[in-house]
Amino acid sequence: MYFTLFITVLVTAVFLVVAAYVIAKLIGPRTYNKVKGEPFECGIPTHGSSWIPVGVGYYLFAILFLMFDVETLFLYPWAVMVKDFGPLAIVSIGFFLLVLVFGLAYAWRKGALEWK
Amino acid sequence: MFDFSIVTTWFDSLLRDTLGLGDFLSILIECVLVGVFILAAYAILAIILIFMERKVCAYFQCRLGPMRVGPWGVFQVICDVLKMLTKEIFFVDKADKLLYIIAPFLTLVGSVGAFAFMPWNKGAHVLDFNVGIFLMTAISSLGIIGIFLAGWGSNNKYSVVSALRGAVQMISYEMSLCLCLISAVVLTGTMQFSGIIEAQADGWLIFKGHIPAIIAFLTFIVAGNAEANRGPFDLPEAESELTAGYHTEYSGMGFGFFYLAEYLNMFICAGVAATVFLGGWMPLHVAGLDGFNAVMDYIPGIVWFLGKAFFIIWILLWIRWTFPRLRIDQILKLEWKYLMPLSLLNLVLMTLVVAFGLHF
Repeated sequence: MYFTLFITVLVTAVFLVVAAYVIAKLIGPRTYNKVKGEPFECGIPTHGSSWIPVGVGYYLFAILFLMFDVETLFLYPWAVMVKDFGPLAIVSIGFFLLVLVFGLAYAWRKGALEWK
Repeated sequence: MFDFSIVTTWFDSLLRDTLGLGDFLSILIECVLVGVFILAAYAILAIILIFMERKVCAYFQCRLGPMRVGPWGVFQVICDVLKMLTKEIFFVDKADKLLYIIAPFLTLVGSVGAFAFMPWNKGAHVLDFNVGIFLMTAISSLGIIGIFLAGWGSNNKYSVVSALRGAVQMISYEMSLCLCLISAVVLTGTMQFSGIIEAQADGWLIFKGHIPAIIAFLTFIVAGNAEANRGPFDLPEAESELTAGYHTEYSGMGFGFFYLAEYLNMFICAGVAATVFLGGWMPLHVAGLDGFNAVMDYIPGIVWFLGKAFFIIWILLWIRWTFPRLRIDQILKLEWKYLMPLSLLNLVLMTLVVAFGLHF
């Protein structure tokens, strides 16, 4: 039943966007001129494309994010079982967390967390 | 407590047995009703939240806010929505059409999908998977992709900068958001939203888990605020430097969707914080005071849930209108050097508390 509802929720979200677009297309005005199709960059004529190489800092944080996101992925099933394991839980996850904290400390020491 | 599942089971049996509809038809009718409920709740909450934002902002700035349209300006936001609906939708000529068009869909799917997990009352929830928290964080991450594609697809230099900032900020804060939720899962031992609320019947999590739960709650509010791109963390749409950021090139409802999703993400952040840490629809119970507990049980669950959620929303608005906007390096420093190690440490602390039975 929940998967039917899940699909319903996704379809509802898509329906909301489509319906509002259709209403706007039906009752909104429609005009066109060339200047209107230009991107708005404070009124001055646009100069070249926007898809240019960007600072490497963004990618560094994205890579760090990947590492720690997978970590949280592994922590979820462990978290459910902590109550059953008792003190053993902290031992079982300890090594995993230690490696991760070491990784964070390494990135910190190397200056990957500095915004340049 | 009133159990809303009585109503849903009654309606289900009405369709199946009394009216004698088949399996397919009754499920179809129920799904359509659920969809209508979600749309209505989404729209009404968005209108309430936008109105509340304008009034609270005015209050913090010693102004009156909207006053002309209707008594105390209550119809102002409804008029704004109607105006936005009738505006022309047009595209930028040089935009990447595919990314430009699917971006609002992704943002709305992320926002509505997470919204469907909200437990309104006992038995009144749309989705209640046994991996609820995990799935909710997964779906709400779709919003990040939507914002990134919107900025990148617009072919506008300000939008591209905004998209990159938004992506790096939102993925960073997702770390401590997840770690705070994990520490709540450690204490309750389940990822299901209804199970987490049931576990708080003898005391809200923030009281049961004492120190680690309070740290997790505060970290969650900060990270959730950053995740919803609000308050001092609204770098992706810093209007003084990036015009409007990733939604500069969207007109009419295209912009409206991002606006809606921003406010509903704030509500989802507040709702999850209220559910996980403050007990959701569970009334305030004090052990030993039976008369007090009985009186509290008479207040409906939806009042408790909305009361807690709106209390947190009020705090978020307070934060937003009090603090100046941070720089990108300050935002990343706050997450990676303070919140992230803090929430990792807090998780270990919470595990120790649970493992040695130090919680209430």
